[in-house]
Amino acid sequence: MEKKTLVMGVIGADVHAVGNKILYHAFTGAGFNCVNLGVMVSQEEYINAAIEANADAIVVSSLYGHGELDCRGMREKCNEAGLEGILLYVGGNIVVGKQVFDEVEKRFKAMGFDRVFGPGTPPETTIEALYEDLNVQPPEEYEE
Amino acid sequence: MKPVLLIDFGSTYTKVTAVDVGQEVLLGTASSYTTVQTDIGEGLQKALNILEQKTGKLDFAERYACSSAAGGLRMITSGLVPELTAEAARQASLGAGAKVIRVYSYELTKKDIAEITASRPDMILLVGGTDGGNSKCILSNAKKLSQTEPFCPVVIAGNRNCADECEELLENWETHVCENVMPKFNELNIEPAQQEIRQIFLNRIIQAKGLSKATELISGILMPTPAAMMAAMQLLAEGTESESGIGELAAIDLGGATTDVYSIADGRPVQANTIVKGLMEPYAKRTVEGDIGMRYSIWGIVEASGIERISRLSGIDARRAEEMIRFLSENTEQLPNDEEWERLDFALASLAVETAMTRHAGTLEPVYTPMGLAYSQAGKDLTEVRNVVVTGGAIIHTKRTGEIAAHSLQDPNYPGSLRPVRAEFLVDRNYILAAMGLLGQYYPDTALKIMKKELVRATR
Repeated sequence: MEKKTLVMGVIGADVHAVGNKILYHAFTGAGFNCVNLGVMVSQEEYINAAIEANADAIVVSSLYGHGELDCRGMREKCNEAGLEGILLYVGGNIVVGKQVFDEVEKRFKAMGFDRVFGPGTPPETTIEALYEDLNVQPPEEYEE
Repeated sequence: MKPVLLIDFGSTYTKVTAVDVGQEVLLGTASSYTTVQTDIGEGLQKALNILEQKTGKLDFAERYACSSAAGGLRMITSGLVPELTAEAARQASLGAGAKVIRVYSYELTKKDIAEITASRPDMILLVGGTDGGNSKCILSNAKKLSQTEPFCPVVIAGNRNCADECEELLENWETHVCENVMPKFNELNIEPAQQEIRQIFLNRIIQAKGLSKATELISGILMPTPAAMMAAMQLLAEGTESESGIGELAAIDLGGATTDVYSIADGRPVQANTIVKGLMEPYAKRTVEGDIGMRYSIWGIVEASGIERISRLSGIDARRAEEMIRFLSENTEQLPNDEEWERLDFALASLAVETAMTRHAGTLEPVYTPMGLAYSQAGKDLTEVRNVVVTGGAIIHTKRTGEIAAHSLQDPNYPGSLRPVRAEFLVDRNYILAAMGLLGQYYPDTALKIMKKELVRATR
């Protein structure tokens, strides 16, 4: 299988680096080609990286509660940059405080995100979703 | 005695430097006007005559030259995203000593192609996409270019997966494929492209510019002058196996039309909790400020710093200063001939140095995150660099060299600009750096020892 390329990173003024590293290893191990932008990533950085690397998906993390502000307009910017239809994921503690996840998911989907993952999602869940949405099979050596 | 001749065919002056590689000493320097319209050898012969009046007859064992005559190495680059591969292409070209006429990003339009054709560059650098990444852009650009008559070599250094296709598209053109300038996202790999550029310069450009007459006299024009300067700076910083270098450094070449800044430093963050943003920058970096120069680009200094600061630094009333600047911009050969003009040139040189170094160095911005204060760094952190080399007429031929050079340092009021905090200033009083870069290709130890001897420390 040709490797699919992901652009990943932690959005906004968020400096949570540990989860980002764990996700990077999990995605790479699951057979994806990862461009990891690290922490404090702006929308423009995800988009520029996705253009150069011809990425198949952008996976946005946010842990500090301000994700809703940081993610606004991202789909529109992707469209402007010629990345129409690129797969957009978001996950983590993406809103302020404890809110009903269904509501949160709805709001982020309305913003144009294809999948929304709540707090405590194991990497495997996201990986499964990526396989499905990108229409690829897990590599042979990959074990869940 | 084994005298070696180093020649720099500049746009205005042909400079010659004689060294004795046996004794490892500088024998002398001289210069004369460059004669590119008639025969470039004429100016060289004149310069040599002046040199031999000082040193006596010299029987040169070897002769090497660099050149920025006839416009230097004029390049156009095209990449994908402006901050990424297009920037990598710019860095690659500048580092190879080119004069970058224009940097294009994304897909070229018909109008762009017409512009490129009209500006007649010596070389085009085509990049875009990481390896295995975007190929649409570079292919489209190669295709558009293929629809015009070939006029110069094209270096292809983009996504390796479509390099063959680019070459096929440009079959009527002279193409050179080399490694991607950005093989992985944010990983800069500019040396292979730079080597290719230098090779083409050596084999092709020299002849095309009518400089080959001179090459009969000499062992060859090795590189563009800025590349020689870069080589000298790298040698001075790193040293050789038997002779140690002086460590990380920055260098400023203040000219009449442009100001070049070099840094040989890794530029990584100095303080903790700093996050680096933007494209990683090359360890050996060159920037050219095309709008900052002492004569042809004098208005650029005014625009960047404001007439008020020029007035304050020179102690000349703003209106008078502007009048004087107008005169200098129209009389570019004018040198300061009294105390007032010296004060004006001092202010202009100081502000040119400040502006050029500020643009070359990185920036640090505090970011207030919910987890506390963090810093975001863009570009190179040069705060720990302890040596600043200065060259260029306006900075060498003045008693206030140290004061001018001090403007390259960080201003305590603006700690966000990552310029050197404290440094020693090394003055290229005999204008030998490009020559030493050339010499260093064959005699690195000798070139390094001569630089260490000839560069003098300036005090503030």
